[in-house]
Amino acid sequence: MIAEFPPGLLLIVGAVLVPFLKGNVRSLYSLALPLLGIWQIAVLDPGTFGTLSVFGFEQTIVRVDKLSRIFGYIFYISAALGVVFAWHRDDWVEQTTALVYVGAAIGATFAGDLITLFIFWELTAIASVCLIWAGRTERAYRAGFRCLIMYMLSGILLLTGVAMHAVETGSVAFNNIGLDSPGGLLILLAFGIKCAFPLLHNWLQDAYPEASVTGTVFLSAFTTKLAVYALARGYAGTEELIWIGVVMTAFPIFYAVIENDLRRVLAYSLNNQLGFMVAGIGIGTTLAINGAVSHAFAHILYKALLFMSMGAVLYRTGTAKGSELGGLYKTMPWTTGFCIVGAASISAFPLFSGFVTKSMILTAAADEGYVIPFLVLLFASAGVFHHSGIKIPFFAFFAHDSGKRPDEAPFNMLLAMGITAFLCIAIGVYPQPLYALLPFPVDYQPYTTTHVVTMLQLLIFSGLAFATLQRTGLYPPELRSTVLDFDFFYRKAGKAVARSIVEALSRGRAQVEGKARRGLDVWIERVFHLHGPQSVLARTWQTGSTVLCVTILFAVVLLVSYLGD
Amino acid sequence: MTKGPSNHPGQQNIGGKKYWLDDMRNVHKIFWALVVVCALLFLADAFYHKHVHFGFENWFGFFGLFGFIGSFLLVLVAREMRKFLMRDEDYYDR
Repeated sequence: MIAEFPPGLLLIVGAVLVPFLKGNVRSLYSLALPLLGIWQIAVLDPGTFGTLSVFGFEQTIVRVDKLSRIFGYIFYISAALGVVFAWHRDDWVEQTTALVYVGAAIGATFAGDLITLFIFWELTAIASVCLIWAGRTERAYRAGFRCLIMYMLSGILLLTGVAMHAVETGSVAFNNIGLDSPGGLLILLAFGIKCAFPLLHNWLQDAYPEASVTGTVFLSAFTTKLAVYALARGYAGTEELIWIGVVMTAFPIFYAVIENDLRRVLAYSLNNQLGFMVAGIGIGTTLAINGAVSHAFAHILYKALLFMSMGAVLYRTGTAKGSELGGLYKTMPWTTGFCIVGAASISAFPLFSGFVTKSMILTAAADEGYVIPFLVLLFASAGVFHHSGIKIPFFAFFAHDSGKRPDEAPFNMLLAMGITAFLCIAIGVYPQPLYALLPFPVDYQPYTTTHVVTMLQLLIFSGLAFATLQRTGLYPPELRSTVLDFDFFYRKAGKAVARSIVEALSRGRAQVEGKARRGLDVWIERVFHLHGPQSVLARTWQTGSTVLCVTILFAVVLLVSYLGD
Repeated sequence: MTKGPSNHPGQQNIGGKKYWLDDMRNVHKIFWALVVVCALLFLADAFYHKHVHFGFENWFGFFGLFGFIGSFLLVLVAREMRKFLMRDEDYYDR
C-alpha cells in the first residue's frame, strides 16, 4: 500500500505528528520517516501513478524513473543525516518545517506534470522560509522575507510559464521544455531563481547563513538541487545554460575569498558548485548529464558536511566569522578532520567524492570542444580549492590562535559528520554504486593517470599559491565586514530609489493640494462676497427698489411671451 | 581582531599545552614540503603520456601553472574588489 503513496507526502503527512512528540522519541520518529522513504523509493517500480484530470489536463502525481529516483535517494539520505545532526535540538517548529520542506522537495522531484510540480514548488518555498525564520533572530526574519519575495517571484513565473506552455502544447506533462516558446523562457527563469543564476542568486548568500546551526544544514541540500533536477528534466542540452553555469562557477569565488562569515563563504561556494551542474546540463550529452546529476548527489553530502562542521563551530563558539576564529583544531580535532574531508571532497581531490563526479563534467566539456567553458571550469576548480578547500578549515581551525578553547562538538553532531564524511570518501574510492544509479549507462573511468596527475597538479599548485600569498602577507586578512553583492541594489539602492519616489510623490501631492486649496479659497471668497453677511445678496432691500426689480422682471416676461407668439 | 574567550559554556582554557603547529619552524617545514611536492608533480609530466583534448593541455606543467597563476590572480583581484565593495559589518542593519 505504501508503494502507492506519493513519496513526498510521506514526510509532509508524517510531520503532523512531530509537535506532539518529545525529546528522543521525536528525533527517532523524524529519523524513521526518511529511512522509510528510502525503502519506499527502493521498492517503487519505474512508471507513473496517481493520474487525474484537472481543468482538462492530465496530471501525473508520481513519476518514477532513474532521474527522479536518484534525487529522491539523496534527498532522503541528507534528511536523515540532518535529523541526526539536529538530534539535540528541541524546537518543534524547526523540526516540523524541516520535514515538510524535505517532503515538498521530494514531492516535486517525483511530480510527473507541471501543475503538481508547481504545488510542491510553492510548498518548498514556504517551508524553507519558515525554516529560515526558525533561526529566530531579527536578521533571520528580514533575510527570510527577502528570500520569500524571490521565491514568490519564482512561483509566479512558474505558474505563468506553465499556463503558457500548456496552451502552446496542450499538455502539462513535465518533460523536456526547451527555450523555443515564451512559456519555456518563463519556466527557465523560475528554475533559475531557485538555482541561484547570476544576479538572481543573492537570496542564497543572504538567507542561508542566517538560519540556525541545524536549519542551514537542511536548507543547503534541497531548494537549489531541486532546481538542478528541474533543469536536468526540462532543459538538458540548452546551450545557454553552459554559459550561465560557467559564470556561476567563476563569479561567486571572488566573493568567497573576501567574505568573513564562513557559512556565507560556503553559500558562495554552493553557488559555484551549482554552476558546474548547470554547465553540465547545458552541455547535455549523456556523460554531461550523468556528471551533473552525480555531482549534485556528491555535492549535497559534502556541502552538508561543511555546513555541519561550521555549524558545530558556531554552536560551540557562538560565531562563524573567520576574523574571530582560529586554532580550534586543538580542542575540536574530530570536527576539524570531518571538515577537511568535506573540503577535500568539494575540491575534487582524488579518492574523494567530488573527483569522481566533477571530472565527468569537465571531460564532457572537453569532449564537445568547449574551450572557454573548459578553461573557466578549470579555473573555478582551482578557486574552489582555494576558498572552500583551504580557507574554510584554515581560518576556522588553524591560522592565528583565537584563544578559544571550545569543547568538541556533541556526539550526535560528530556522528552525523562521521557518516557523511564516510559517504564522501566511499563515493570517491568506490564510485560504481553511485554510477549505477545515474540516468544513463556509465562508460567512464575517473581514475586514469592523466585525470589524477593533472587534477593533483591543479590543486596542489593552487595550495602553493595560497601558502605563498599567506607568507608574503598578500592574502587579504579576514575582516569584520559586509561585502556588497547584487542584493545592494534592492537592499540599499532600491530602498533609496523607492524612498525618493515616495518623497517626490508626496511633494507633488502637496503641490497639487496647495493649488487646489488656493483655487477653493478664491471661490469660497467669491461666494462669501456675494452671500456673506454684509454681501450684496444678503442685504435687506428697500421696498422701492424691490418693486422696481419685480416690475422690470414682469416687463421682460411680457416682452418674451409677445415675441414668442 | 577580538581575542579572548567568549561566554559560551563550552569554554575551557588549556593554558600551557604546546602543539606541534605552534612552533613556526614546523609551519615552515610544511611550506617547504609543499614546494617539494609541487616540484615533483611538475616533473611528473615527463613520465607519462597525457590523454587530452586540447593542444594547450599538453604544454609541460600546464595544469600546475594554470592552478598557481589562476588562484594567485583570484586572490589579487578579490583583494582589489574589497576596496570598493567592503562596508562596515552593520551596513545593512543601519
